[in-house]
Amino acid sequence: MTKKKLGLQSKSRRTILSALAATTGSAAIGFPMLSLGQNQSLRVGAYGGYFKDSFDKFIFPVFTEETGIVVDSIAEPTGQAWLAQLNAAAAAGSAPADVSMIAQSPMLKGQKTELWMPLDESKLPNLKYLMSNFVHRYPDGRLDGVGAVAWYTTLVTNTDVYPDAPESWDELWNPENKGRLGLLALVSNSFLLEIASKTFYGSTDLLDSEAGQLQALEKVAELKPNVALWYRDEAQFEQALKSGEIPMGQYYHDVAGLAAADGFPVRSTFTKEGGVSDSGLWAVSRASKKIEESHIFMNFMCRPDIQTLLSRMVGTAPTVPRDLLDLTDDEFAAVSSSSEPIIPRYDIYDQRGDWLAQKWSEMIVA
Amino acid sequence: MKKTDSEFRSGPIPGVFATVALGLFFFVPFAIMLTFSFYHKIPGGLYEPAFEVDNYLRFISPFFTQILLISTGLCSLASILALFIGFILTYFMSRMNKRGRTLWLILLVSLLSLSEVIIGFSWSILFSRTAGIGGWMYTLGLLDAPRAFAPGFGALLTALTFICVPFIVLVMFPPLTRLPKEWVESARMLGATPLRAVITVVVPSVRPALIAAFILAFIYSLGSYVLPIMLGKPRHWTISVHITDQALYQANIPFASALSVFLIVTALSLIALISKLQNRFT
Repeated sequence: MTKKKLGLQSKSRRTILSALAATTGSAAIGFPMLSLGQNQSLRVGAYGGYFKDSFDKFIFPVFTEETGIVVDSIAEPTGQAWLAQLNAAAAAGSAPADVSMIAQSPMLKGQKTELWMPLDESKLPNLKYLMSNFVHRYPDGRLDGVGAVAWYTTLVTNTDVYPDAPESWDELWNPENKGRLGLLALVSNSFLLEIASKTFYGSTDLLDSEAGQLQALEKVAELKPNVALWYRDEAQFEQALKSGEIPMGQYYHDVAGLAAADGFPVRSTFTKEGGVSDSGLWAVSRASKKIEESHIFMNFMCRPDIQTLLSRMVGTAPTVPRDLLDLTDDEFAAVSSSSEPIIPRYDIYDQRGDWLAQKWSEMIVA
Repeated sequence: MKKTDSEFRSGPIPGVFATVALGLFFFVPFAIMLTFSFYHKIPGGLYEPAFEVDNYLRFISPFFTQILLISTGLCSLASILALFIGFILTYFMSRMNKRGRTLWLILLVSLLSLSEVIIGFSWSILFSRTAGIGGWMYTLGLLDAPRAFAPGFGALLTALTFICVPFIVLVMFPPLTRLPKEWVESARMLGATPLRAVITVVVPSVRPALIAAFILAFIYSLGSYVLPIMLGKPRHWTISVHITDQALYQANIPFASALSVFLIVTALSLIALISKLQNRFT
């Protein structure tokens, strides 16, 4: 709507500018002015690599076609580097991206400096479809993020080495698997404390107290002899899993499924304790000027048909309930599971992140 | 060092340029890092400007002492091995004809164009159980069962040595080719074995270059991040890995800066120590 209104206002002036830009070859100077009038645009940060490429290919074109808003996608680094960049830029009054894909713990960190623009719920009618764990708020209740992408970390095995699928995460602790595991290297991305708590102590409530956290750390320390590789980069482990060099470990359900579909002897299992459900949110830097467009974008991303498209084409787990989706059983199983997931305790990494990271490093380096 | 001084002391421009370049690319970034290292980390958040030494106090602990010892130990060892291999290689190159030398130089320089990731992946495959020497040795009957040699200390040391060798050759090549052949020949005529001639004549004449090459290799390997995480077990993760973890994964920029400052100061002190020892013996 607004797009059309803006578009009509200064048509003649724009045409002249456009002609000028074309003839003088000063497109670089002309373009920013043009983009204000003719095309609305939005700079969207997405994790560089697979996610950004897939969004560029399957999702952003649909959005642009429907709304006329051109998406300028920006490859953002994973981890916390993007948070630091956004934060430094916001302090200087600029935003390297308007909307960014932000993982849960940087989301909480950004709240401390009011980095995220509070969102207007009246402009997000599709918010009602989201499952509650994909609606992110400031402690005082202001909305600051909506679910962007979700994925599962599961127990993966090489089918040549393990003909039968494992049933429980406790296989990671099985002495027969000495030197056979590939696990994520950091406390805040492996979520092994949560896995240990759920598997051996019934729930992640164990992690409520420091004593419980230490107990879970001790439990994780027990599986160290089984670990061949503590990895930070997916590619490091994926290769070894496919070849059987490191035949068991934790990995991303969707990527393992893609490898299996390509014919590699790889299997991803939702154990009886559940897979670990992790996710990223869309959030807007407070320095962004594209408030209207950002809301249109986020509202679009919450729609069930777009979530269906995401699951089908990008391989992410949907952020809306299963019954709203137009996915076959196989398509749903490829990206998600109806079994109860292990939800990471982002709160403990927020409150005691440095302490946990230090204890974790000491544990695995020892 | 002294030779370059006299060679370049032809006007004020080189000196000005060197000062500006050093200032721009070393002192300014270092000053920013130093400033950040005193900032306050907000628990569960990012950082705020402050002046506190907490970040430095934190690594006065057995944990970080161990990491520092492992990093410097591992990199010294890799540099010494690279120096040994690189010296022998360059010595033989210096005795080849021009064509042979050029071919070897091209080969070694092209190694520098490979990224650390590619080098790391190649070595991890070579040291693997399923496709590397662990499997071959089993096939040849040298091992009872196929085994993986990576991740492990040997694999990491090999790869670090590998990336350092081209630097050693590049530093050693000019002095070794300029060394008059007659010197070695004279030693041989006086009855020295080839090995003895090299040790007593060649090595002392190029000692400053050897030390420079060692320092270069040491600093370079100390900065390696990819190889330790790909080929090392957690106890072999160097201080660079821990700095990256703090900066990228924990968003603890002040502590990462403090660790980096500490690493630079340690490296500079080691260099100063080596130079001092060198001056004493020459």
